[in-house]
Amino acid sequence: MKHLDEYRDRAAARKLAAAIARIVTRPWTIMEVCGGQTHSIVKYGIDRILPRELELVHGPGCPVCVTSLEMIDRAHAIAARPEVIFCSFGDMLRVPGSRGDLLELKSRGSDIRIVYSPLDAVNLAAANPDQKVVFFAIGFETTAPANAMAVWMARQRRLQNFSVLVSHVLVPPMITAILQAPGNRVRGFLGPGHVCTVMGQTEYEPIARRYGVPIVITGFEPVDLLEGVLRTVQQLEAGRAEVENPYARAVRREGNPASRRLIEDVFEVCDRKWRGVGLIPKSGFKLRYEFRAHDAERLFEVDDIDTQESPDCISGQILKGLKKPHDCPAFGRQCTPQTPMGATMVSSEGACAAYYTYGRHLEAAARAQGTNGAGSSLETSPAEPQLVPIGGIR
Amino acid sequence: MCLAIPGKVVETYREHDVLMGKVQFGGVSKRVCLEHVPDVRADDYVLVHVGFALSRIDEAEARRVFEFLDHMDQLDELKERAP
Repeated sequence: MKHLDEYRDRAAARKLAAAIARIVTRPWTIMEVCGGQTHSIVKYGIDRILPRELELVHGPGCPVCVTSLEMIDRAHAIAARPEVIFCSFGDMLRVPGSRGDLLELKSRGSDIRIVYSPLDAVNLAAANPDQKVVFFAIGFETTAPANAMAVWMARQRRLQNFSVLVSHVLVPPMITAILQAPGNRVRGFLGPGHVCTVMGQTEYEPIARRYGVPIVITGFEPVDLLEGVLRTVQQLEAGRAEVENPYARAVRREGNPASRRLIEDVFEVCDRKWRGVGLIPKSGFKLRYEFRAHDAERLFEVDDIDTQESPDCISGQILKGLKKPHDCPAFGRQCTPQTPMGATMVSSEGACAAYYTYGRHLEAAARAQGTNGAGSSLETSPAEPQLVPIGGIR
Repeated sequence: MCLAIPGKVVETYREHDVLMGKVQFGGVSKRVCLEHVPDVRADDYVLVHVGFALSRIDEAEARRVFEFLDHMDQLDELKERAP
């Protein structure tokens, strides 16, 4: 396991942690939005070098995790058709739907291909005019320009055999839903760095104002994350609620205007169902009517899909920051990355999968038995995850 | 999944009227759409997500981030070959 000890900028990281400890006076719950941030926090034990007043909760920023079961089943049904070459990012293939996952379907002979880019799927359509190439277009705003460009290029090239199954999700409506949820504890957000590279920061400003929450656009390295926490705590302690962008080396205020225009041309906002959470109004993209010739949902009739999620899974509450993986009795027992029961375990960026990957399920078991578990961050005993004497961090 | 990966532009060309390029990520090179970073040239660094360049970044930042993502085992997507 990697710990902060092995991190190249550990001196800078410890300085930031000490600065956070100096200014915090009260308990605050802060959510990191992006799954890449969650992965980094758990891997380096960032949450464990923070003062005990601060709790990091993990947001639903993993598009693989939150793609609805209905959509996975729809993908499965389309991919099973003999005339279809079904293309997807690799992480989607192992996500279990009601009728199994895409990898099993592939092993039974369906033509399912992992692609690096949606633009590769467009070329595949050009090379296979007698087949129908369908790309599973999932993702947050970061992925939207590539998916929009694929559809735009297919139209330019008159590739009638290329379509996309769109399951795009959007960050600002999701943050709003979390803030409106009964029992919400989140008082500040680490904003998603690369989503904002595309969209900029302006969408977040009304949310910060309306709900009185600081939103600090944050990168993915330990120093970025700690700086994000420091700036969030500075605002909380001072009673401010603004959007700040310390990640200016990758994010401009207006984002990438050309990408935003293309997204606007190809997609329109729609209601979207999130796995584990349910329907969030105006929280997704669908293809505009002008691009219906490339809309797999219109082109392929799929029989009524009847899905059933595990009744024991608490991923919905984890995705909203109400619970942590350890609060679930199935975590690390019946539910593992090999046998996922719900959204937060299906991809490596989900909170439960990240906890499992870095050994935190062993600590839970060890705590129950009163012994030490396997993993820890640099200064902490796994049996006392709360920690932390900040003076001890040097 | 939502992480963008920095790479170095090796060459640029037009494909069906769209600006494309060959971009090098460590030892792996990929075909990348450069249409939204239009003033980009060979030897520049770009932040790429699923074959699409989202912005230009400077070389020092590109090297730092690439090394970090490598440490995090977050470069798997580069292993996918064109189908």
